[in-house]
Amino acid sequence: MIIIGERINGMFNDIGEAIKNQDPTAIQEWAVKQLEAGANYLDANVGPAVEDSPEVMKWLVEVIQDEVDAPVCIDTTNVDAMEAALEVHKGTAMINSVTAEPSKLEAILPLVKEYEAEVIGLAMDKTGVPKDSATRTAKAMEIVANVDAHGIPMEDLYVDPLILPVNVAQDHAPEVLETIKQVKLLADPAPKTVLGLSNVSQNCTNMGLINRTFLVMAMAAGLDAAIMEANDQEMLDSIATAEIILNNDIYCDSFLKQFRK
Amino acid sequence: MAVEMLKEKWKGQVTEVVIGATEEDGGTRTSTVTVGGEAALPFLDFEGEIPNKPVVAYEVFDEEPEGWAEPLVEAWEDVYSDPVAWAKKCEDEGAELIALRLVSADPAGQDRSPEEVAQTVKDVLEAVGVPLMVLGCEDAEKDNEVLKAVAEVAEGENLLIGVAEEDNYKTIAGACMIHNHTLIAQSPVDMNIAKQLNILLTDLGVKEDRIVIDPLLSSLGYGLEYSYSVMERIRLSALRGDKMLSMPMIAFAGKEAWRVKEPNTSVEENPQWGEQENRGVMWETFTASTVLQSGANILVMRHPQAAKNVQSLSDDLMADNS
Repeated sequence: MIIIGERINGMFNDIGEAIKNQDPTAIQEWAVKQLEAGANYLDANVGPAVEDSPEVMKWLVEVIQDEVDAPVCIDTTNVDAMEAALEVHKGTAMINSVTAEPSKLEAILPLVKEYEAEVIGLAMDKTGVPKDSATRTAKAMEIVANVDAHGIPMEDLYVDPLILPVNVAQDHAPEVLETIKQVKLLADPAPKTVLGLSNVSQNCTNMGLINRTFLVMAMAAGLDAAIMEANDQEMLDSIATAEIILNNDIYCDSFLKQFRK
Repeated sequence: MAVEMLKEKWKGQVTEVVIGATEEDGGTRTSTVTVGGEAALPFLDFEGEIPNKPVVAYEVFDEEPEGWAEPLVEAWEDVYSDPVAWAKKCEDEGAELIALRLVSADPAGQDRSPEEVAQTVKDVLEAVGVPLMVLGCEDAEKDNEVLKAVAEVAEGENLLIGVAEEDNYKTIAGACMIHNHTLIAQSPVDMNIAKQLNILLTDLGVKEDRIVIDPLLSSLGYGLEYSYSVMERIRLSALRGDKMLSMPMIAFAGKEAWRVKEPNTSVEENPQWGEQENRGVMWETFTASTVLQSGANILVMRHPQAAKNVQSLSDDLMADNS
């Protein structure tokens, strides 16, 4: 399971303040904290407080990688900001994200290819989030075909089938699980799959329980990665256990502790 | 039509382990043995580096062996009442590593004291230049005392000492750490226990490059396939990046092969099986060469001809396939 830590996002007050004041302290603290918990990538999103400009995104990637040696998941819809961040990023970056819209694919995939980055492809286009699994899978296929046409290795694509909150869009969750299964059949080697996990429990009670239950179900369907709260200990226990039950890790009595190493 | 070679991209690698120490490193060995380091499945050097060849160790007892099959007696009877002469003969035969089994410490047998057997280890160290593996008498309580004494008198030699088990590892592991030796971690054909034991050992402070996994081999015809698949899964886990299953593996092929019926039965008793000499050597050779394919890094052998067969097969398999 690839864990993409979600915490460096301007939507959280401490990070929003830090970005506004150009003070890297809180950002770097969260970078370290998430990696220590087991995150493999750090999502970076400037949030609503400041303009999503190339300068801010570039600054954010630089302050993170000044402190830690980890790949950043560059979370922006601004193509210029993506490019500015890719220019300064060390190692293999992840772009978050592209959709199946032709104009976006044409603008973003050349950058992914040029910087040998990885990319998250949202299974949607400008008409919005599809209702059913078949439409989601069709959108994923459009992204798969374009990724292939640009000569990007299929393993570098992470398809996000888009989960919605279970209180207001309850019928989406099973469709998302089915989409994960279908996406794994679209190419050989298969594209990877990813979820913005916390969405499933937005404005619900028992958010942690909903998140980790859904994640285990999604892992059983073939999920490879999640943008999630990396410091949720119960979540990590659930992932470790699911990895054992899926026979991805060899069981040992210390499997929970071992997963955190 | 062009055919593209399929190459697996592994992210992990087997840990490299050194046995023995030359004068430079504080020992008295004239050579050392390095095993592990593979970044691909056994001998598939077209998809990853295979830096070290598997090593064949010759087994030596510290007392005259009892009840050995005729072919083994013929091969060693001129030296087998004297461990020093026996070890020297192994070195002459081309052994790169000698496995000294301290059978005489067995409380049910001679019950020699830790000091006495430790002296034998010293004598063998003085007589030969190759690195030494030292194995207990398989009585857990006695071995704790014996191997502790051995670790102490051979400080700096970087012996390969065995065996530590899940329910008995602290004393031996402690002695190895204090006196700078490498350790054999044995698990009963069970990769879950193999992994757990390595976690316990590393938690205690044993370095990852000071552990060799003994997954416990079974002989050809007596469960070899269980050991084979456990070893294969251990190796796959190492290549997938599981650090706690990344250590090199040892297989006691001689001990296991020669304790079953087939190598021990004369042609008179079982004419349909053919000559005993050839049958015994082949039984050991095939037991060892099979696990060579599942990732064994050290093969502990008894019959010199079987040892040579396996050495020659391993040399052939190490030829460049890239």
